[in-house]
Amino acid sequence: MSKGILYDATTCIGCKQCEQACAAENGLPYDEKIAAEEVTSAHKYTTVLAKEDKFMRRLCQHCDDPACASVCPVGALKKTALGPVTYDKSKCMGCRYCMASCPFGVPKYEWDKAIPGVRKCIMCYKRVAAGGQTACAEICPTGATKFGEREELLTEAKKRMHDEPGKYFPHIFGETEVGGTSVLLLSSIGFNPFGLRTDLTDRALPMYTYQVLSRIPDFVPLFGTLLGGIYWITHRREEVAEAEAHEKKGGAQ
Amino acid sequence: MTLLQIPKMRFTFWKAVFLFIVAAGVYCTYLRFFHGLGAATNLSDQFPWGLWIGFDVMCGVMLAAGGFTLTAAVHLFNIKRFKPIVRPTVLTAFLGYLLVCAALMYDLGLPWNIWHPIIMRNPHSVMFEVAWCVMLYTTVLALEFSPIVFERLGWKKALTTVRRLMLVFVILGVILSTLHQSSLGTLYMIMPNKLHPFWWSPLLPIFFYISAIAVGLAMTMFESSRSSKYFGRQLELPLLQELGRVLVVVLMLYGILRFQDLYHRGVLKLVLVSSYEQRFFILEILLSVILPLALLLIPKIRNSAQGLYLASVLALLGFVTNRLNVTITGVENAVGGRYVPKWSEIVITAMFVALGFAIFGLVARYLPIFPSEEESHSSTFRLPEAVSADLAVPMHAGD
Repeated sequence: MSKGILYDATTCIGCKQCEQACAAENGLPYDEKIAAEEVTSAHKYTTVLAKEDKFMRRLCQHCDDPACASVCPVGALKKTALGPVTYDKSKCMGCRYCMASCPFGVPKYEWDKAIPGVRKCIMCYKRVAAGGQTACAEICPTGATKFGEREELLTEAKKRMHDEPGKYFPHIFGETEVGGTSVLLLSSIGFNPFGLRTDLTDRALPMYTYQVLSRIPDFVPLFGTLLGGIYWITHRREEVAEAEAHEKKGGAQ
Repeated sequence: MTLLQIPKMRFTFWKAVFLFIVAAGVYCTYLRFFHGLGAATNLSDQFPWGLWIGFDVMCGVMLAAGGFTLTAAVHLFNIKRFKPIVRPTVLTAFLGYLLVCAALMYDLGLPWNIWHPIIMRNPHSVMFEVAWCVMLYTTVLALEFSPIVFERLGWKKALTTVRRLMLVFVILGVILSTLHQSSLGTLYMIMPNKLHPFWWSPLLPIFFYISAIAVGLAMTMFESSRSSKYFGRQLELPLLQELGRVLVVVLMLYGILRFQDLYHRGVLKLVLVSSYEQRFFILEILLSVILPLALLLIPKIRNSAQGLYLASVLALLGFVTNRLNVTITGVENAVGGRYVPKWSEIVITAMFVALGFAIFGLVARYLPIFPSEEESHSSTFRLPEAVSADLAVPMHAGD
């Protein structure tokens, strides 16, 4: 089954240990200056945003049907059966369509490198594939970030909201957004204040392009026949004139 | 003799401009490949696509659309009178695609992996389809262009073979162009929540396709006027007038469809509300549809060389604005920022435009691009003797 992450902002204390563990896991630098950066980047895959005493984690949502993986011409980005959306730099050609298409603005680029790559959270794919959990979930002292089966986490999120309705903003971010995501977010004050869009479509984004692309194989023979037919009709009508023109041309040469 | 002197003086002036742009371009090339995209561009995590995608690729492909439009008109629809302008148009298209590929090498982060889509396939990706179409169509354009080279070299056998297969190339070319011209629009369909509703539409592929045809026509008109000045050829006015009429119809269809689309999606009211996007949208529609139509619907303007030239230039600017709006303006508010290209981005783009003009001029000088005096009786093109002698090659009017 597909794994996922449930982040419950109501139990988050903003200690940023998830940021630090993430950096360590991915071999990224981490210091006070980076800790203060409230934006994900090529050197920071997750960040804890703070609005006074309320927090929100940002990381790759790991969509069930991700736009980034669907648009990647070479399949460098992939939605694994386990849940994580992974990236293979050896395939990437650097077109950055993944960045343009991501509804959450997650993939980041190594703009300053001569041999750049896309950088983003890959839900600790190696750990997860080995049966472990993500570094951020493992280190979280309050259990605000929880790793597990996505379906079970969703059930739990619903139960938490049902048990304490006053505590939560009545929406699970990631349950239906762009067809659902492996990462689910809970908040007491909503998601807009943290720059997360709540007006996203519930449709899986790849369907928007696939509904056009999937028609191409049928279109080609039809259009080819039409064009050939047009040639056939227009040239047959003028067969006599054509023959005369050929004669003239032959004579001139 | 005076005829020969005027183009020569022009050539010297433009040569200086050209050399300056290329020198600056070489420096920016160094910046790009040795210091990375960050040093050479204003691209960022918010704006992964900028001027090089918006203009060099999106507009480059669009401006080269005359190739499939004109070859279809002449070879498939059998409109013979357009034959004299097929060769320059195919040359423009071929050069256009080569330059798009070259520009792509600058924009791709890992350009040496550009061949990857050949063996690594993701048929769900519009970019994958565009990559294949551009690859195949550039090959087709090389084949469509090859008779001109074979003719010059006197390779009769190759010439006969290619001419025999020309119908296949033309049909392939039209299919491939239809696919990827529209697909450049489909690219953006995956951004329904990112691209402003002025531009995001389920009809994006159709808009891109129709506008490519309009631009193909406008570009042919523009280029005929330019080369008639540069090469001293007499302008073939009746042909351009006819193209102008076709352009009127295509622009009307495009305009009506854009309007209907905005109406049905309930976006029309936004046109009246002042906003950042509204200003760019109005500029685009004015330039691409309203002004060219207004000009072309006045018979006196429609029938004059200058009027047709002006209308085609406006339409070209309008559709360039459209592609830039889709690529840049339409996403600025969604990603929360403004993108203005860095000087080095502009220099590289200018270099490719300059290279396009220069190579066209060179090729037209040494290869039989324009119809010869002998055949101009039937095609009504007239080359002054000076230029014909300068080209000094046997020529045939198209294939």
